[in-house]
Amino acid sequence: MLKFVVLSFRAVESQSEGQCAPVDSLWRRYSEFELLRNYLSVTYPHIVVPPLPEKRAEFVWHKLSADNMDPDFVERRRIGLENFLLRVASHPVLCQDKIFYSFLTQEGGWKEMVNETGFQLKADSRLKALNATFRVKNPDKRFTELKHYSDELQSVISHLLRVRARVADRLYGVYKVHGNYGRVFSEWSAIEKEMGDGLQSAGHHMDVYAASIDDILEEEEHYADQLKEYLFYAEALRAVCRKHELMQYDLEMAAQDLTSKKQQCEELATGTVRTFSLKGMTSKLFGQETPEQREAKIKVLEEQIQEGEEQLKSKNLEGRDFVKSAWADIERFKEQKNHDLKEALISYAVMQISMCKKGIQVWTNAKECFSKM
Amino acid sequence: MVPLCARDQLGHRRSHSHLERDLSLPNGTPVDTSSPASSSSLLNRLQLDDDLDGETRDLFVTVDDPKKHVCTMETYITYRVTTKTTRAEFDLPEYSVRRRYQDFDWLRNKLEESQPTHLIPPLPEKFVVKGVVDRFSEEFVETRRKALDKFLKRITDHPVLSFNEHFNVFLTAKDLNAYKKQGIALLSKMGESVKYVTGGYKLRSRPLEFAAIGDYLDTFSLKLGTIDRIAQRIIKEQLEYLVELREYGPVYSTWGGLEVELSEPLEGVSACIGNCCTALEELSEDMTEDFLPVLREYILYSESMKNVLKKRDQVQAEYEAKLEAVALKKEDRPKVPTDVEKCQDRVECFNADLKADMERWQNNKRQDFRQLLMGMADKNIQYYEKCLTAWESIIPLLQDKPETK
Repeated sequence: MLKFVVLSFRAVESQSEGQCAPVDSLWRRYSEFELLRNYLSVTYPHIVVPPLPEKRAEFVWHKLSADNMDPDFVERRRIGLENFLLRVASHPVLCQDKIFYSFLTQEGGWKEMVNETGFQLKADSRLKALNATFRVKNPDKRFTELKHYSDELQSVISHLLRVRARVADRLYGVYKVHGNYGRVFSEWSAIEKEMGDGLQSAGHHMDVYAASIDDILEEEEHYADQLKEYLFYAEALRAVCRKHELMQYDLEMAAQDLTSKKQQCEELATGTVRTFSLKGMTSKLFGQETPEQREAKIKVLEEQIQEGEEQLKSKNLEGRDFVKSAWADIERFKEQKNHDLKEALISYAVMQISMCKKGIQVWTNAKECFSKM
Repeated sequence: MVPLCARDQLGHRRSHSHLERDLSLPNGTPVDTSSPASSSSLLNRLQLDDDLDGETRDLFVTVDDPKKHVCTMETYITYRVTTKTTRAEFDLPEYSVRRRYQDFDWLRNKLEESQPTHLIPPLPEKFVVKGVVDRFSEEFVETRRKALDKFLKRITDHPVLSFNEHFNVFLTAKDLNAYKKQGIALLSKMGESVKYVTGGYKLRSRPLEFAAIGDYLDTFSLKLGTIDRIAQRIIKEQLEYLVELREYGPVYSTWGGLEVELSEPLEGVSACIGNCCTALEELSEDMTEDFLPVLREYILYSESMKNVLKKRDQVQAEYEAKLEAVALKKEDRPKVPTDVEKCQDRVECFNADLKADMERWQNNKRQDFRQLLMGMADKNIQYYEKCLTAWESIIPLLQDKPETK
């Protein structure tokens, strides 16, 4: 069954191109966003690539529809996807990407263009190698800490979101039960003479009170979405750490290979076997090689060592570059995160303040009615 | 009869006003007359006005200082009942006795027996579900103390009930149990009134005005029952909300522990949610302790009222039956026997008492509910104000940081 929602976007002005694309708007499916993000994360391994909003509604309180076709959910996801594009567009490196630019401007043939870059091949080999993470001997302390941090961040935000959903559920209950007062006050007012009017209008305020919670919680869902973005950012952070580990692993493997080759070469040159090896055993069993044979072997090894050293040097260089640029992006990310989350907390506090003010207003109105009884 | 304006002027001198009141009510009290139900509705109405003017009160009763008594046979709570009065019916101006629930229960039964035409205020429910409610818990005892206090205050405010002999004894007797034992002998004086309850007659139709009262009470107790259930449900929802909020706040703290620059704002939010928890807890407590008991009292009150209505119906039915019997037997005789006349008097007295009590009750009810519901609104306003203050106080904490950077 094919079920999808097409989202429309105004093209975001790319900072690098400095000019607006000729296409005003085009249609993209969620899966195309996924493709774009995959491409970016493979192509820029040292960058904390902005996450996509959730595909399926998660951490929602039960009164809210978890239906993917629900208009409210679609609208919140649209905001999330727009936010994703804005994040990419405002990133100093990602915004210059050609594929990203064509994502915004080119209606057809975009997918083919992405696939031509061959990023999938790179992605596959990288993914397979992820198991290597356990075997890194000398992990970079900063990355280990970062990985630890992203694990904790993910767990704390998901806990927070879970509890928040339950809090929203309960709050909804408290407000809605007050709605019953609305009905019973109105029924009761029918049999009262002096108290009747006051009761009747107080009941109306109780209805207002019960209804007010829908908007309050709908607005709060936006705050939850802001937190969710950082829940998924935690995963993006971890991806950078994994890529670093992978690189470190490559480096260590190369270094290990080089050392063993150097050792072999030395053994051959001096004729001594320092460690127990299969080669040592065979030479003992089947007699010594001729000097010519040994000479040729040493030569091959020396060539390999030279090659390996160069490779190691370039891997070292590459690694240093990676660490440098990755760390720069992580610093950028941290700043963005601190700023965003503070903003989110402020808007959350403002929401709570407005909820309290609404509550005070309604109860003051109700009190006024009661006082007239 | 002292005119109202004159009494208002004398209001500040309580000893005078009570004297005048005594003069103005020569037949109004059961202590003075053999028939306890003889107060006319006009008199009741005047007394009602009198009672609304707080300055003329001459009897003050409070229930306080609950104490737990542990004996070999049973454990129970006694309450101190303090009386201050200038009424001539009391030998001393001040009394202080200790009474337990069953003494209150005894008093209520006595009042019901001796003043069958009057609406007797309800006592808090006697039976509590064992295991669910701890009878000796501070909250339970305090709620019950308040209800008992209210019970005595309602009697005190009543122009007829407050002069009841049993009430007097309840407030003053050193040894109430001794009085309870000889109660039967004393009761003989009231023997006549007991007859009210024993009628086996069936009323053909209730007069319109009493039918209206009956209908009103049926709807009223139904609506009150609903409100009681809603209030309980809200408290339950609030407590569940509180449980979640208590978990919610600390998560921000945990997060704050992970962050460097965000640690202060996150701790701030956590503390703020903590403050909201405290405010919510207070709100639920207030609703449980102040709101629910008043609802219960009024539910019981309307039950008492229905009982009095039934008794009234029986008295009227007895009268109608007797009248009919007379009409059948002696159609030619123009004079109705005195027995039937007495019966008619009784119905009229009953009707007058009941109407006066109903009016008094309506008045009390209106005031009580106005106060109760305004109190509920106030508590909610206070709750939101506390939360508002908490959230407003963390805004600068969240905003200041980027500026200092």
